Amino acid sequence: MSRGVRSGLFLVSAAGLTALLLWAVADLPDFGHYRGPYGKVLNSVAVGERHTTNVVAAVVFDYRGVDTMGEEFILFASVMGVALLLRNPHRERRQVPVRIQSDAVRLAGIGFAAGLLVLGLYVVAHGYLTPGGGFQGGVVLASAFVLVYLAGDYHAYRSMSPTPAIDVLGATGAGGYTVVGIVSLLLGSAFLHNFGPLGTTGKLASGGSIPFLNVASALEVSAAFVLLFSEFLDELVVRPKARSE
Amino acid sequence: MIPLQAAIIGLVAAGALAVVLTRDLVRLTMASSLYALLLVVLFLVFQAPDVALSELVVGAVGFPLVIVVAVVLERGK
Amino acid sequence: MSYLPYALAVWIFAVGLYGVVRSRNLVHLVVCLSVAQSSTYVLLLSIGYVNRGTAPIFADVPKGTRAVDPVVQALTLTDVVVSVTVAALLLALAIQAQRHADTTDPDELSEMHG
Repeated sequence: MSRGVRSGLFLVSAAGLTALLLWAVADLPDFGHYRGPYGKVLNSVAVGERHTTNVVAAVVFDYRGVDTMGEEFILFASVMGVALLLRNPHRERRQVPVRIQSDAVRLAGIGFAAGLLVLGLYVVAHGYLTPGGGFQGGVVLASAFVLVYLAGDYHAYRSMSPTPAIDVLGATGAGGYTVVGIVSLLLGSAFLHNFGPLGTTGKLASGGSIPFLNVASALEVSAAFVLLFSEFLDELVVRPKARSE
Repeated sequence: MIPLQAAIIGLVAAGALAVVLTRDLVRLTMASSLYALLLVVLFLVFQAPDVALSELVVGAVGFPLVIVVAVVLERGK
Repeated sequence: MSYLPYALAVWIFAVGLYGVVRSRNLVHLVVCLSVAQSSTYVLLLSIGYVNRGTAPIFADVPKGTRAVDPVVQALTLTDVVVSVTVAALLLALAIQAQRHADTTDPDELSEMHG
């Protein structure tokens, strides 16, 4: 199909689709006049029931914990897919020359990387108190590694993130989430039902099993992003004239 | 709806169009990270700080990822 | 005026699809796909918004303050992170496609058989 025909076909069908979608949203409640019951119920009971001040985190890791487990496995599966597609042990690997950045770049990079690590840990740890949590904090932690590559070089990045260790960390995160769910089963309640002492509202030691799920997802997300970056970086640096036949 | 919401809705609409119409890959990464930033502001205005934080960190990491892939593809030609 | 956020979601979706259809480069196609995907976040969050509501985080505000829906936010925030890994999978496929077909133009790819 030529580009012109396809564009014409698209414009006609997109006009129809847009009209249908606009018709559909016209029957939604007015913006700002939310009518769903769940949000109101959760906003009034979650803090009392789970002792966490961030209701969003309580929904992610508790009320809809199974949903999050599904998301985690989508993440896991797509990172596995990237590794399968790009990792090829038979392909020749080039020796990567050591690249030395200027002192100023290295100093600034190391400073920022250390700061980002601390920030990531903070965002993860306080996820169920203030905005943040395992998903966001995990990505912040991974971006500290990217900064090490930018400020140092490939070898510094590689020695900081050995692939076997990262693989194990990611798997631990995914498995840990499931294990927490199974512990709830063993304790006689539903899968991923909250257990453990709820603690004091507003303190780090609160929320029952929410902190465990939070840390498990942080492990998985940060490992997943470091692994993604490693794979693409290998593609860029180590396998220059790769043809994968 | 408050004026701030209307303003950022207009900006996001323009940003999406800008990303789609950009062909050059380096400009595309710039445009898409700007678009991510606009989405962050939109989510903040919609009172969703968790989602805004998520989009913020993802925009920061997705940006170099796309550049790396673009360079790999360019060099393979 | 009160339907403007929903219309924004429809607009982003249509624009993203337009980019996917007209794309001449696989990287551009993946980015356009993620633009189209962001329309779902906008739609979900605008449905959950409550006039003069605060964020559903009760660290500094007293319990019982009017707040927006936390459920749609929870759905969105995990998907924002997961969608990047899915986009990365598509980019890895683009790298493979270029290795095997020597092109990143989806139109030329479709002429290839087998």
